[in-house]
Amino acid sequence: MTEADDQAISNQDAPHNRDPDRREFLNEMLAVCGAAAPVFFGIVRVPVQTDEYDASDHHYGMGIDVNKCIGCGRCVQACTIENDVPEEPHFTNTWVERYIIKTDGEVMVDSPDAGMHGFPRTGDEGAILKTFFVPKLCNHCEEAPCVQVCPVGATFTTEDGVVLVDEEYCIGCRYCIQACPYGARYLHPEKHVAGKCTFCYHRLVEGLVPACVEVCPTQARIFGAVEGRPTPLAQFMRFNTIQVLKPHLNTQPKVFYANLDGEVR
Amino acid sequence: MQGYMYPNEFELQWSLLIVLYPYITGLVAGAFILASLERVFNVKEVQPTYRLALLTALAFMLVATLPLLAHLGHPERSYEIFMTPNRKSAMAMFGFVYAWYLMVVLLVEIWFDYRKDMVQWYRESAGLKRWFYYALTLGATDTSADALKFDDKWGRWITIIGIPSAFLLHGYVGFIFGSIKANPWWSSVLMPVVFLFSAIVSGIALVLVLYMLTTMFRWRKIDMVCLEKLAQFLFYALIVDFSLESLDFIHRLYEAEESIGILSQMIESRLFISLIVLQVLMGTIIPLVMLGLTSSALHKGGFLRVAPELRQLIYLTCAVMIQIGIFSIRWNVVIGGQLFSKSLRGLTVYKVELLGIEGLAVTIGLLCLPLVILWVLVKILPPWTDQETPTTSQATA
Ligand code: SF4
Ligand code: SF4
Repeated sequence: MTEADDQAISNQDAPHNRDPDRREFLNEMLAVCGAAAPVFFGIVRVPVQTDEYDASDHHYGMGIDVNKCIGCGRCVQACTIENDVPEEPHFTNTWVERYIIKTDGEVMVDSPDAGMHGFPRTGDEGAILKTFFVPKLCNHCEEAPCVQVCPVGATFTTEDGVVLVDEEYCIGCRYCIQACPYGARYLHPEKHVAGKCTFCYHRLVEGLVPACVEVCPTQARIFGAVEGRPTPLAQFMRFNTIQVLKPHLNTQPKVFYANLDGEVR
Repeated sequence: MQGYMYPNEFELQWSLLIVLYPYITGLVAGAFILASLERVFNVKEVQPTYRLALLTALAFMLVATLPLLAHLGHPERSYEIFMTPNRKSAMAMFGFVYAWYLMVVLLVEIWFDYRKDMVQWYRESAGLKRWFYYALTLGATDTSADALKFDDKWGRWITIIGIPSAFLLHGYVGFIFGSIKANPWWSSVLMPVVFLFSAIVSGIALVLVLYMLTTMFRWRKIDMVCLEKLAQFLFYALIVDFSLESLDFIHRLYEAEESIGILSQMIESRLFISLIVLQVLMGTIIPLVMLGLTSSALHKGGFLRVAPELRQLIYLTCAVMIQIGIFSIRWNVVIGGQLFSKSLRGLTVYKVELLGIEGLAVTIGLLCLPLVILWVLVKILPPWTDQETPTTSQATA
């Protein structure tokens, strides 16, 4: 699957030249994202990468098939490891919500430890009408309120449509966290800067898919360029009825849900 | 915690310090608007409070940024707001609005107003003090009639510019909250207007308290004409403020958007004390009734004739209660806006810590600091109008 996606990613031509003067931030971001590897490693590798990877060739989004998610939490685990998200106190880039809708219409939602360790049986749920899991993450909104409000421009949209935070630049005012309607952001307890999902940008530039997509055992998460037929995401969007979260806010999310229940917000 | 919160919402982002920020800027804007009233609209009665109000505005203005700075994850990078502001960000403009207001409006107005006195103090004193006042005059020591006329003219112009600036300063703080569409408790076009009028209310109430206290501690008699006028202004401003708040409330209730359920729950449980009891009852309705009955706002001499001493006490009590009410408004906006989940499915709690940078101790310190600064300012630039003739300015309403 990864290979197929690689293909899809590198085949796409979707130039979105919205923020060219942020290129230098992008380069810095690459270095920062490489923080898991030794620093010198990152510095050596980055220039080579930017030569090969052309951001204007892509415009990324993610698809999520709610019916396929089994709530195993592997994506959350993978993300936490891949992106060095501190486990305590528990902030998270991505999480899974469990919905239990009873016959009397009552809706119970939970996400213990962000769904990282799966979901315990709940005790007495009464008569259940339906239940399902919904993976969530930053929607990499096309009209991102977090980007709009950042006073110093530390939060920005890359040319390939990914919303990132420049950790060297963020002043930690938390305005973006307030402005995100989806609860996708947090203040990193150690770095004291805004933290969020990066679509694993450090992997994208190597032609890989985000860690959560790679580990999902049921392929509930689909990644690729938003436009163009050959990509898995484009296929997914073509053959499913697509819904996004809180569409009335006009943030134009780029995480697209199939089989989403109206109770999910 | 009750119901469901998004995992990242388990911690409140903006704490007590951010409650202080709109509270303090509100006091600045309010005190300044009161001062401007006297100057631009020539309200002679409140003249004894003119300079005091200006100095109060300055003292609080100097502290206004501290709670923000203390709250940043990286305060050492805060200058970036000036270097590379994001023009689309409401918050980025804060630095400029603040600088404009402090540098161009407040300081210049105070300078023009005090120049004549500063020259006089410079001439009268000796040694270091002499040089200090000379420095304050910036070398402009001409006190001819022409020069004084010039001061007056420009001071007036600055005040005229200052009024919209004060509106801008605080309306803008309201906009920082009101423009967040992600948050149904904040997102409202009325927010800047409500902020503005509550600011005016808080500014008048503060100056009233400070005027009474400073006069009492200097063993002078309180100018009742002035106090009456302040009480009247306070009453009118409070009426407008309360109407706007009610309008906002009714509008929300009537529209009953999807957030109405969780917001009502929040008001009934988490915000009951701070909103219903402190803000509405103690901070608004009781003072309105008390001021309405005793001040000349509705009926010359008041419906209830009370002795001036008792009236002073009533005004002072009202002003303090209003002050608590306005602080509650800020609390209800800032903290209230974070007590419910953006999933609209749950409520959380906020516990104020005692110590620590975001704690109660720092907050109280930051609230006292402007008073200390004001004390110093008053020492340097005495604002009293009744200095030489301690007993002439009394009058009864
Ligand atoms: S989901 Fe939130 S953090 Fe992500 S782009 Fe949209 S507003 Fe920004
Ligand atoms: S916390 Fe950082 S990224 Fe978020 S708005 Fe403030 S400066 Fe920008």
